[in-house]
Amino acid sequence: MTTYSKTSIAESYINTSPFYGLQLKKLAMYSTVTLFACIILIGFLTPFAYAIVTASKDEPQVKRGVVLPYTQDTYTYEGKELPLYEVPLADGTTRTLAGLSLKRGATAQNEFIDPQTNEIVIWEGNYRELKELETLEIHLWENITSVWENKQVNFPIMLRNTFAIAILGVIGTLLSCISVAYAFARFPIPRKRALFLILVSTIILPSQVTLVPTFGFFAAIGWTGTWLPLIVPHFFANAYNVFLLRQYFLTLPKELDEAAMIDGAGPFRILVSVIIPQSLPVIMAVTIFHLVFAWNDYFNPLIYLLGKTELQPIAVGIQRFNYVYDVKPHLIQSSMLIGLVFPVFLFLVAQRFFMRGVVVTGVEK
Amino acid sequence: MDITKSSSSSQVKVKEKTFSLYRRQQLWGWVFLSPWIIGLFAFTIMPMLASLVFSFMDFKLTEPDAIKFNDFANYKKLLVDPLLGPALSSTLKFALIALPLSIIVPIGLAALLNSKYLIGRPIFRTLFYMPYIVPVVSSAYIWGGVLNTDTGWLNRILFDLGLGKPNWLFDINLIYPALNIIGIWGVGNAMLIMLASMQGVPTELYEAARVDGANGLTIFRRITFPMISPVVFYNLIISVIGIFRYFEVPYILKEGTGDPNNATLFYNIHLYKNAFAQQDMGYGSTLAWLMFVIALAITLFLFATARYWVYYGSGEQA
Repeated sequence: MTTYSKTSIAESYINTSPFYGLQLKKLAMYSTVTLFACIILIGFLTPFAYAIVTASKDEPQVKRGVVLPYTQDTYTYEGKELPLYEVPLADGTTRTLAGLSLKRGATAQNEFIDPQTNEIVIWEGNYRELKELETLEIHLWENITSVWENKQVNFPIMLRNTFAIAILGVIGTLLSCISVAYAFARFPIPRKRALFLILVSTIILPSQVTLVPTFGFFAAIGWTGTWLPLIVPHFFANAYNVFLLRQYFLTLPKELDEAAMIDGAGPFRILVSVIIPQSLPVIMAVTIFHLVFAWNDYFNPLIYLLGKTELQPIAVGIQRFNYVYDVKPHLIQSSMLIGLVFPVFLFLVAQRFFMRGVVVTGVEK
Repeated sequence: MDITKSSSSSQVKVKEKTFSLYRRQQLWGWVFLSPWIIGLFAFTIMPMLASLVFSFMDFKLTEPDAIKFNDFANYKKLLVDPLLGPALSSTLKFALIALPLSIIVPIGLAALLNSKYLIGRPIFRTLFYMPYIVPVVSSAYIWGGVLNTDTGWLNRILFDLGLGKPNWLFDINLIYPALNIIGIWGVGNAMLIMLASMQGVPTELYEAARVDGANGLTIFRRITFPMISPVVFYNLIISVIGIFRYFEVPYILKEGTGDPNNATLFYNIHLYKNAFAQQDMGYGSTLAWLMFVIALAITLFLFATARYWVYYGSGEQA
């Protein structure tokens, strides 16, 4: 009896249940997979970190060549800014001293000033044994404002241009794509399937084959150097968004249309008061897609607004900024942050609509 | 008699009414469809035909009086254009790395995100997707910094590991890997599509395979891949077209020079330089049509291979 109860106590401490091993294995799987994903994620996020860290430096920090925005501490002595070091002494202790004359390279006698007493200290040793005293100083906001206010490339105007082009394009995209998707989803058009196939296949048409004459056409009617080539084509529907909207419209019950029709509503009325109110999530997705597209579009503004700097959007502007400030990586990276903050923010806020839209256009085709 | 007559006449009326209603609906259909029909003609069909016509012409925007047919001179120029060879070969070299990566990387990431052992899946999904949303100009310059030979973070790590400081953007052997690293950063969209498609695979299939004792790799080869193959196929086609369109990143990083040694003179950059920098619309159109024919041939070839590896379970969806 006693023996039996002893083992049972011992057993209660060591979990010998057959599921225990399985749980351990599961735990190992969870940690391995999650750790692996974390490592890849660090790779994906490093460029963001690089941009933010670089944009946080000031010019001396960039010149120092340090990874993080650390500034060398200094001590002002007789009007001169002397670098501060932690100097290792013979007795194993260290002392904070300002370098007065340092011989780089070889082991030699170096002169230091003690910041507390202003007395000169002679230290013999190698320059490399010295540890620079430094402080983290972040200049992010100051860099971003100096980019924003710089004289060569007018960021406020470019931001205004970008929003104007994007919003006018959104209006065109919504009007045309909703209309076309409604036609495909609800009306008995002859050869509708074939027409829809043509629509979808324009997605894989390489755009260059239409580019040159389109450009020639816009040049001939005097639209190059204006926003019109960046806006007007969006009033004629695009395949991605029509596809997305049509898939959504097909899921809406037809009974509501029919009820409205019996009440005497015409097709236009049905679209406005029955279909659109039910489709706000997908309309939201199309809006975000177009905003992001217009914000990020580089090629079209490049060719149509060549030389018209006062009309260019931000994507072309930050490239121009880069030409001007070629040797100032902290300002370049600040301008990149200005360029990406809006689309990334929009994505993070509205990612539910966004991802749903991507999935529908990507998977269902 | 009376009753029959009246009922038959009302039937005719109903028929006429439904017929005219049908016609009216059809008409409305065309009205709502018209933006796309007009756009299709104005911005796709007409320009395509126009560029075909231009390709047989001397056509410079700077010399509007000298526009004339030129007896295949543009096509003859293709044969002697000293930069066409480099443009085709750099595009091909880039494609040889980029195409496999454009399939493998998103599938791999999607499989990782689809793993039930991954904690915090939505957060990983969002963060892996995020670089795709970064404007291509920003992405090019940020990577230009990360890959900088002396101050870039990648080389700082490599240098600390004793691997030296490779000249990512200036070495003819490293430029394609470097551009592909930048490309992988924007893999989020393809990854999300693959992930959604993987999540659509019925779980019964996996359960049945487990019961039959299949291991992870077999399950992937025999179930997951065939089930997502239509999406893989779609991505492959989009990637092929994307490679012919490849322009922004090399154009921005190399300022359109094609350095080093024409390695970044991709086909589209060559086309841009002819059509826009030199304003030669005629030869530009010829290059565009050559590209269209090559891309079409590859697409048709891929469609021909599709029946061997793309699985359409319950019939094709338009």
